[in-house]
Amino acid sequence: MSAPTESVPDPHLYLERQTRWGPIEIAFWLALLLPFILVPTYLNLASQIAITALFAVSVDLILGYAGIISLGHAVYFGVGSYTAGLLSKWGWGEPLTGLVMAALLATLVGYLTSFIIVRVRHLALIMITLGLGFLSVEAANSAGWLTGGADGLQGVSMWPLFAQFDFDLWGYTAYAYSLAVLFLVFLLCRRLVFSPFGLSLRGIRENLSRMPAIGAPSRFRLMKIYTISAGIAGIAGALLAQTTETVSLEVLSFQRSADVVVMLILGGTGRLYGGIVGAVIFMVARDQLADMNPQYWYFWIGLLLIAVVLFLPNGILGGLARLVPSRRRAA
Amino acid sequence: MIPQIMGVLFDGFAYGMLLFLLSVGLSVTLGLMNFINLAHGSFAMVGGYVTFSLMNYAGWPFFATLPMAFVVTAVVSVVFERTLFRRLYRATELNQVLLTIGLVFVAAAVAAYIFGTVQQPIQLPDYLRGSVEVAGLRLGIYRIFLIGVALAITALLIAGVEMTRFGAQVRAAVDNQRVATGLGINVEGVFAVAFALGSGLAGLGGALAIEIVGLDPSFGFQFLVYVLIVVSVGGLGSIGGSFAAAALLGISDVAGKYYVPELGAFMLYALMVGLLMYRPRGLFGKRS
Repeated sequence: MSAPTESVPDPHLYLERQTRWGPIEIAFWLALLLPFILVPTYLNLASQIAITALFAVSVDLILGYAGIISLGHAVYFGVGSYTAGLLSKWGWGEPLTGLVMAALLATLVGYLTSFIIVRVRHLALIMITLGLGFLSVEAANSAGWLTGGADGLQGVSMWPLFAQFDFDLWGYTAYAYSLAVLFLVFLLCRRLVFSPFGLSLRGIRENLSRMPAIGAPSRFRLMKIYTISAGIAGIAGALLAQTTETVSLEVLSFQRSADVVVMLILGGTGRLYGGIVGAVIFMVARDQLADMNPQYWYFWIGLLLIAVVLFLPNGILGGLARLVPSRRRAA
Repeated sequence: MIPQIMGVLFDGFAYGMLLFLLSVGLSVTLGLMNFINLAHGSFAMVGGYVTFSLMNYAGWPFFATLPMAFVVTAVVSVVFERTLFRRLYRATELNQVLLTIGLVFVAAAVAAYIFGTVQQPIQLPDYLRGSVEVAGLRLGIYRIFLIGVALAITALLIAGVEMTRFGAQVRAAVDNQRVATGLGINVEGVFAVAFALGSGLAGLGGALAIEIVGLDPSFGFQFLVYVLIVVSVGGLGSIGGSFAAAALLGISDVAGKYYVPELGAFMLYALMVGLLMYRPRGLFGKRS
């Protein structure tokens, strides 16, 4: 995480070195294909995990790289979900265009709210993101004629992907689709965070007032990354709506905003893969544990959070990276 | 029409006073250490369960349980402060938020394990039940009692902060921690005491809240948002600000639910977001 200061004569070289694909990264992505062979009965879960991972990556962009704490990112996830769901309900069930529309709308909402976000910091920022989250739930709930309110959106039905692959019961198409989108967006994010823009974001995270002094005004950059992140969250939301063919108020809930932050912290912030690793562990654990003991699931999450904050401040990947001193960013 | 408005105002004010008790401690500790303690609502829950247990299992009278709710919560909170929270005073906000929200999760699960997930009722003494008629208005006795307690505590707090030596140390530490340390004030010690007092007040608030809003393991969560609204709108470290914000929030919440139920809490959140946008430090806050 801490940028190496001793061995960097040229920032471009540093960035170039960072962007090279390592064998671990390639192995990681290949491993994500394993569910097709190993656990074909769990592909629906795998698809949900991929979607949540994408959402976590979007939060990592603002939280891990730009240092914007948000407890209301589900707003954009929900906007994406409802856009995709409504398009399909109104008779346009083509998945890819639905995805693009959802991304556009979520980006727009993200852009509009980013004006509010960059105005405030600290507690006020937490409260405003929280407030926007609750606002969106209330708004969606009262606009029952549009969203179906508490009953959820009925009648979402997707056309086959590329007019070819039906969204089957087993989730083959769903997982392949979600994973492909996750990978493509991930490539984009990876390009973004290792660009000079990404580097300046990290500078802003470390010291908001010094960055303008060295020629990188922070306000516009923060708005930009927040808008991008909102768009990605919207894509994740749209994926969920399309693969499950339902949209409920839950997509906007505080629970969703909080869970994604928990996953991100668990995996490790500011390293993109943290969100994916965190989402995999969190969702698999919840799937396994919820059957036994749903009521106390949050007991373990709580303990885990406390433990991570106290003993693993950089998350699981941060802990792993410490074990491998030879490679600065193992994952 | 007029009596109805007065009734809503009265109920709202009583509710606001409850919120004030629940949140004033957090306002002061946040102002002191900038430590974002989301577990504050869970401390209030501890107080609620202390009163509930003492009344229903030990047969204590309601009034005798209130000081215990205060003391037990204060002791519990200071144990957490000394062992867990103090490690994070210099940590990032995110870590503070996560640690304390983890604590909220754990507290809720523990409460559910011990007491079950249903609402826990208490039997108030007869003289606190019913209502009296004042100038054509029917006012709940318990709410009058609640307002009385809150006003007395506000007076005590303001007098304590303005007139005592400890209060002066708290004010100094809120204004400028480094200079206060330089002048020989033991800021950590002041903070520990203020933290215990603030959490104790939350515990008292939790005990008093049972009759109005009920008590179940999700208490810590439900009121977290209200408490945070009071603190952030009122301004950190400001007792008067918390009082005004709590009264405003209580009245607008009750009035909103009474007159425009279809809007739900929409207005409330919109108001908060709008207010914080233009005054990030709250209505009366000196610093953010």
